[in-house]
Amino acid sequence: MGNKQTTFTEEQLEAYQDCTFFTRKEVLRLHGRFRELAPHLVPLDYANNPNVKVPPALITAMPELKDNPFRDRLVETFSEDGRGHLSFSDFVDLFSALCETSPTELKTVYAFKIYDFNRDNFICKEDLKKTLNKLTRGELTPEEVTLVCNKAIEEADLDGDDKLSFSDFENMISKAPDFLSNFHVRI
Amino acid sequence: MVSDDEENETPRKKGPKKRSKPQDSDKDNEEDRRSVKSKTSRRKSKNEESDEDREDQQKKKKQGKGNKVVQKKGRVKGKEVIKDKVGEKDKKKKNGKLSSSTSSSESDEESLSEGEMEALKDQVEEKKKLITTLRNQPWRMKRRLVLLKESQEFVEKFEGALGKGKGRRLYAFKVLMSKKCIKFKRDFENFKTACIPWERKIKEVESHFGSSVASYFIFLRWMYGLNLVLFGFMFGLVMLPEILMGLPYGSIPRKTVPREEQPTAMDYAVLFDFGGYCKYSFLFYGYYNNERTIGVLQFRLPLSYLLVGVGIFGYSLMVVIRTMARNANEGGDGAEEGEFTFSWKMFTSWDYLIGNPETADNKYASITTSFKESIVDEQENQKDENIHLRRFLRVLANFLITACLGGSGYLIYFVVKRSQEFAKTNNENLSWFEQNEVEFVMSLLGLVCPPLFETIAELEDYHPRIALKWQLGRIFALFLGNLYTFLFALFDEVNAKLESEKLIKNATEWTFNEYYTNYSSFFNTTDVPPPAVHPADVIRGPCWETAVGREFVKLIVSDIQVTYLTILIGDFTRAVIVRFLNYCWCWDLEAGFPSYGEFDISGNVLGLIFNQGMIWMGAFYAPGLVGLNVLRLLSSMYYQCWAVMCCNVPHERVFKASRSNNFYMGLLLLVLFLSLLPVVYTIMTLSPSFDCGPFSGQEKMYVIVMQTIKQDLPAFIGKVFAYATNPGLILPAVLLMVLAIYYLNAVSKAYQQANMDLKKKMQMARDEEKNRRNNKDSTNQVMKDLEDLLPNKSLIPPPSEEDEQPPPDVVIEKGSKTTKTKPGAAEQGVNLQNDVSLTAPNPRAPVTHAPGPRRGPPRNARGPQPGRGRGRGQGGPPRQ
Repeated sequence: MGNKQTTFTEEQLEAYQDCTFFTRKEVLRLHGRFRELAPHLVPLDYANNPNVKVPPALITAMPELKDNPFRDRLVETFSEDGRGHLSFSDFVDLFSALCETSPTELKTVYAFKIYDFNRDNFICKEDLKKTLNKLTRGELTPEEVTLVCNKAIEEADLDGDDKLSFSDFENMISKAPDFLSNFHVRI
Repeated sequence: MVSDDEENETPRKKGPKKRSKPQDSDKDNEEDRRSVKSKTSRRKSKNEESDEDREDQQKKKKQGKGNKVVQKKGRVKGKEVIKDKVGEKDKKKKNGKLSSSTSSSESDEESLSEGEMEALKDQVEEKKKLITTLRNQPWRMKRRLVLLKESQEFVEKFEGALGKGKGRRLYAFKVLMSKKCIKFKRDFENFKTACIPWERKIKEVESHFGSSVASYFIFLRWMYGLNLVLFGFMFGLVMLPEILMGLPYGSIPRKTVPREEQPTAMDYAVLFDFGGYCKYSFLFYGYYNNERTIGVLQFRLPLSYLLVGVGIFGYSLMVVIRTMARNANEGGDGAEEGEFTFSWKMFTSWDYLIGNPETADNKYASITTSFKESIVDEQENQKDENIHLRRFLRVLANFLITACLGGSGYLIYFVVKRSQEFAKTNNENLSWFEQNEVEFVMSLLGLVCPPLFETIAELEDYHPRIALKWQLGRIFALFLGNLYTFLFALFDEVNAKLESEKLIKNATEWTFNEYYTNYSSFFNTTDVPPPAVHPADVIRGPCWETAVGREFVKLIVSDIQVTYLTILIGDFTRAVIVRFLNYCWCWDLEAGFPSYGEFDISGNVLGLIFNQGMIWMGAFYAPGLVGLNVLRLLSSMYYQCWAVMCCNVPHERVFKASRSNNFYMGLLLLVLFLSLLPVVYTIMTLSPSFDCGPFSGQEKMYVIVMQTIKQDLPAFIGKVFAYATNPGLILPAVLLMVLAIYYLNAVSKAYQQANMDLKKKMQMARDEEKNRRNNKDSTNQVMKDLEDLLPNKSLIPPPSEEDEQPPPDVVIEKGSKTTKTKPGAAEQGVNLQNDVSLTAPNPRAPVTHAPGPRRGPPRNARGPQPGRGRGRGQGGPPRQ
């Protein structure tokens, strides 16, 4: 009880529960994890919303993320400055979007953002190449990469602009059987 | 509407977000000021408000105009959004003020006007909706928090104002209750999630092995929950009443160990075999008394026994079907196989749960392999090999496997028969093996056959996924065959027992009659006291129900032993040997031959399913079986978690077995149905033993229901029941159901057809579009010629008109589509124009586009060039 009192106010906890898919215990646990990352930066007391940001290097070292090929993109996507510095709110946001209960639509939006490496709101061939190389650790030959990228675009691109817009992406993902089960992180 | 608008302009640039906060604080200040004002002088505030309103209106108008102007200059997008947002806020403020002023100024008057009231109500509702859906919006947390606070304040402020007049109290009460309700719900949710066991454990497994292995444990947990409920029914409604209120042990023959068994009844070996005291305990059917009501509560135990026995099936069926239906909803299988092979592989193959380098390595490897496979498939769709040889091999493999299945079935039948013969002869001179032959053979078959099948399946050379399905199907057939052979053999035994029981029953009755006649003739009285025989000495029948229950319990126990020993030897010992002998061995044990075990998901899940099937079947004859199963699942959870973490390595071949995959649930349903059959058959046709169990003395087990209806319920219910069970009523009902099924089936087929048609249409549209794009150059050439022919036409439109054209598109786009990601306004405009011009093949489109290059550059910084991009950049998309 005392712990709760010193970390967040009731109001804050309620607000976080309203804005995320977490229960209060999980929010507190998330705070614990967040603080673990950088004990010297993150205060225990969050009652007055201190503006503390943890650098991306520390966050991507979390065991949940450290083996994910898209960890940098993940962190960048959820950071406000786009470079991966996460405040506690962003941190909660990240895991809320990736948690089990969050809806497909939300996940699709964030997945799109993650795979959109150059942030032009389209997944173009360059993005695909990067994704593919991350997935296979560059073990495919350039020809194979090009083939796969072309094929992927050909499959999913509905409006024919040679890159995937969000609606293309959404259409494709909504039919994918594994997306929901694979695109989540538990903490 | 506020939320909608804001949703539209999800600011992707950082500008607006950074600005948004000060604005909000501004707004807050303003609000404060307002409230002060309204307190001091109402009229003044009202005036001011109206002034401000007007101002706002003007501002908004201006901004509306500004909107159009600015939107054309894609560059200034960021600022634009800010302005837009300001407008937004103003609007909101205005609304807020309107209502605040009304609420504060007219608080003394009767009520607000209807219209205002409605508007306010709508707004409040909207805000409330926003609050509940806030978590689903792809916004930054900061923004969400701010919005949440605002809306909550808003709701708080104006909710009270709504209920002026008569309904006020009620309204306030409603609001209060809804708040309490929400709070309660949340607490309950918190409580519920806190109650879900093994969350951390599964998570740990998940991060090491990915979601597929974890899905087994989730399935196990689900099964545990189900069994817990079943156990609750069994224990609460059958076992506990009999223990508490029924006659104690040793009072009647069925609750006493017979004299000849007493010397060995406490022996460990006998107890371990569920003989001796175990056999005559509440764990088995025979223990229960046939008294109609027991205890002070007049608890109808026999009825309760029957209803629970059947209710277990009903409940399981309901739960399984409900889970299946839920899973069917969320499964996103809307596309045919192969439509999105590459994109799915690209975007959905990484398992974000993986948090272990080794698993990650495996995952990388498997993804790479799958990509390579698809590439190869793509490059040469048909591998030309000796198709005859392969066909021959497949036939051979199937032949071998069928032979295996038949052989195993025969073996079990043989063994069960033999064990019956053993049972007839003396028990003493049998070895342990001979006593437990059946269970031993069944477990051994389950252990040996699956790897054998896998080896044989190598001959077939199927694609791994198909091979896995075959493998699963075969194992399923094996288990099912074994189970049913076992059952048939058991039925033979039951019939034999029924025969012998008849003899014993006759003999007992005859003895009784003798006793009575003798007694009455000897003492010359009709008031005969029951014979004073110790319950242990009474001659009794074989009680086939308990025998069946014992068989099932033994089967389960041996299954548990074999499973656990397999894990201990096959995984743990192997891992230890591999790990420590590796230091002094001639080859690399870890990478080479034995290596570490993999967690066999499909085998484990199937094992679990069949175990459950046996529980369902056996629970009626051995109520304690469910409790045993609960213990088994509980220990299994910890044991397997430990085993998988300490001695298994992650998979290389991946099979998705999540709960959303209805495959296993379907198997479970099938097994449930198949285990329902024998139980219902025995309930309906076999006559229960005359001297043991809750139904003793009845002709058939279900008679107990009839009896209750006749004796304990009002007469009319009996009548209703009689009518309801009349064949004349049942037949039409069945007919009706069949017709309904037929109709629903037809409807679903029609829907499917419609679906297919739509898909085809979409595909056609897509192809058409592609074709058109591929032919773009030529058509474009024609258009260009046309343009050349109309020089003044292309020159006449002044830039202003030209500029006027796109905005409507933009507006429509924004209003109608409400796409969540907002590609920059300019780009969207361009896109849409592209679409429009692409879909409408009228020659005007290119003409209006002709000056495109001129306005292209200032429009957007990145992305394709609007006008020319269409002509050139898209002329050459990949042509397959």
